[in-house]
Amino acid sequence: MNDTRTIINVGIADMKIAKAPDCLRTSGLGSCVGVVLYDLKKELAGLAHIMLPDSTLARNQTQNLAKYADTAIPALLDELKKEGSPSWTLQAKIAGGAQMFKTISSSDLMRIGPRNVEAVKRILQQYDIPIVAEDVGGNNGRTIIFDPQTGELSIRTVNKGVSII
Amino acid sequence: MNMKHNPANLSLNEAQKDILKEIGNIGAGHAASSLSHLLNKTISMNVPNVHFAPFEEIMELSGGAERIVASVFLRFSGDVNGNMFFVLPVDQATRFVRALVAEDFSFANPPYPEIALSAYQEIGNILAGSYLSALSDFLNIRIAPSVPEVAIDMFGAIISFGLLEISRVADYAIAIDAEIKDHEANDQNESIKGHFFLLPDPESLQYIFSLLGEQLQ
Repeated sequence: MNDTRTIINVGIADMKIAKAPDCLRTSGLGSCVGVVLYDLKKELAGLAHIMLPDSTLARNQTQNLAKYADTAIPALLDELKKEGSPSWTLQAKIAGGAQMFKTISSSDLMRIGPRNVEAVKRILQQYDIPIVAEDVGGNNGRTIIFDPQTGELSIRTVNKGVSII
Repeated sequence: MNMKHNPANLSLNEAQKDILKEIGNIGAGHAASSLSHLLNKTISMNVPNVHFAPFEEIMELSGGAERIVASVFLRFSGDVNGNMFFVLPVDQATRFVRALVAEDFSFANPPYPEIALSAYQEIGNILAGSYLSALSDFLNIRIAPSVPEVAIDMFGAIISFGLLEISRVADYAIAIDAEIKDHEANDQNESIKGHFFLLPDPESLQYIFSLLGEQLQ
């Protein structure tokens, strides 16, 4: 391991990019989805922690792009392109989208975890970005760390320990 | 890249903060005394905090997004809508539930016996019921709680569910945070502190302030 390696934390409804040897991390994913787009050759990656599937759910105009699947993914693609990785060089790994609570939710926000996952997959497909690995659904929280150097996404859950996809 | 949106209609002045603190005081005060009766032990409560903070700060309350907690969550609706969470460190939740059911288990070691989960859900139900009924008496409004659900998981994964509704209008949330403490556990550390979090929906905040004669600016 490199001594100068830093772990860049991505908050909820936020997105960041990192170059090896730095890693990207987001913690406490519940119904939210962590979307990693990465270029293994350039060892460059971006991570968005999205909360909602679709920006039409917003009830105001000014938007935080990182909050919605349909705006976060294009925004992340732009950022990565600026750094020299156009969309055709990218692959995706995704995690999250759990259903933490089964019965409770207001009608609009029903099944938000699975809906977030469906939206992310649909949008990635629109941009022809292959999903190489995923750990989605279920009813447990996740903390994820992505290493742009190896392309490994490590996922920590409460009951199942750490797994790498 | 990250554009935090805090619309002009979501801000708090000191008087409004005091109103929300008072709501926490009355609601969580009643809930804490219910808990104290239920367990037959002294439970103390600190003056509630009102957090008006970006989501990532809300995710860090109660010891951090990754911290494992035992939570009861419910939605309330009626004249005022919102989310309520009762959150305890797993060890503390285990102690409380063991005081009620003679079962050897720990919320730190899954799988959990069904009876322990139901007992915890019932504790949450009683506490939320007394919090909300105190609130409804104080404001003279109608509030009905949903059936509570239990989750033992990372705090961030749990509380983020309560941010979904407000996330449609803002990247900030208002959380009324009342901290409780088991008196017999004399140690000051975070591992024994429990929290009640009340997250009113954005429209409901305006309603609460208008009831109490404070207009949101």
